[in-house]
Amino acid sequence: MLSIPASCASVVQGLGPKSGIGMPLLNVPFASAASVATGIAEAFKQLGVKGRAVVWAGDGGTADIGFAAVSAAAERNSDVLYVMYDNEAYMNTGIQRSSETPKYAWTTTTPAYAGGKKEQKKDVALIMLAHGAPYVATANIAYPQDLYRKLKRAAEIEGFKFIHLFAPCPPGWSFDPSLTVEVARKAVETGYWILWEYDDGVFKLNPPSTIYADKSKRRPLKEYLKLQGRFAHLTDEQIAELEKEIDKRWDTVLKLAKAFGK
Amino acid sequence: MGLELIPISRPAPGSGGLTGTWRTLKPLVDLAKCIDCGICWLYCPEAVIDWEKGKKISIDYAYCKGCGICAHECPVKAIEMAPEET
Ligand SMILES: Cc1ncc(C[n+]2csc(CCOP(=O)(O)OP(=O)(O)O)c2C)c(N)n1
Ligand code: SF4
Ligand code: SF4
Ligand SMILES: [Mg+2]
Repeated sequence: MLSIPASCASVVQGLGPKSGIGMPLLNVPFASAASVATGIAEAFKQLGVKGRAVVWAGDGGTADIGFAAVSAAAERNSDVLYVMYDNEAYMNTGIQRSSETPKYAWTTTTPAYAGGKKEQKKDVALIMLAHGAPYVATANIAYPQDLYRKLKRAAEIEGFKFIHLFAPCPPGWSFDPSLTVEVARKAVETGYWILWEYDDGVFKLNPPSTIYADKSKRRPLKEYLKLQGRFAHLTDEQIAELEKEIDKRWDTVLKLAKAFGK
Repeated sequence: MGLELIPISRPAPGSGGLTGTWRTLKPLVDLAKCIDCGICWLYCPEAVIDWEKGKKISIDYAYCKGCGICAHECPVKAIEMAPEET
């Protein structure tokens, strides 16, 4: 049973009385998805129904407005699989910045003339890890087999599971829709997005991110940024600064892999 | 009477209407070039490409929105995006 809070995922279902999604789902108020899913999981348990409670929610609905509910569900270790698809802004209402919007990116509320977003991107997956959730992973739409495996694995585990799924938005990031997979792939190849998985106490990188642990194998960040209009105003200094931020993120992830690797 | 008032939708094709009419570019497949790899099927965000190994692909133009992802991702450039006639 899916719970979907207000987002573009509410829209892609189409119009009643038809639904484009072939499984039972509830459209729920913005901040409530993790709590609703907890209730569904409990009801399944009480009634002896074999089923899974799954949330499919945006970055705004998860990392900002729904965050207290997500944190509480993780703390209770509710038997919920939570997927946050991250298009790095509030897209359904017209491209407003969220805590997942990266630094310097243009949105309608962080205009280019004012230098784009001032704050850095929130690493929600690491925050979920710190909650002690039994399964946490990142994923990316350019690697559907990796996502499929992670969903299957997460579904086998009891307790709170969190998947942070990178999902480019053509109008919101200003690029041609034909480049959607290309943009997502470049995010991994430049090291901007890191595929990793924390399962049963073991933290590890997943391919193809494994090879990008070696910085010299990464493509220049510019190759990712230049595909998108939302970064068109960036200076070379700002790009260099973002590259340093990426190095820091890698540093953290590699330390975790070392500390919690097998 | 009561039950009818509950806002429930049921899974059915075309819940967004005939979205193929939104298309401005149409993916045309050159089956002679196609190597039957299934990559377009894997990435089509509308799930309108049918593919079974050995049978090559077919596109359901009633719902294809013409995003061009299939053409961009095809490793042998067997799909070309052609302007729709108006
Ligand atoms: C309580 C509440 N506040 C605001 C809205 C308006 N609203 C609907 S969708 C949305 C954006 C959601 O952003 P995100 O969760 O990132 O999903 P996306 O649209 O990007 O897929 C907003 C602000 C709402 N439905 N309910
Ligand atoms: S153009 Fe887009 S919607 Fe149409 S078949 Fe190709 S990938 Fe699918
Ligand atoms: S991606 Fe290209 S080669 Fe592969 S099945 Fe589709 S059309 Fe054929
Ligand atoms: Mg969003």
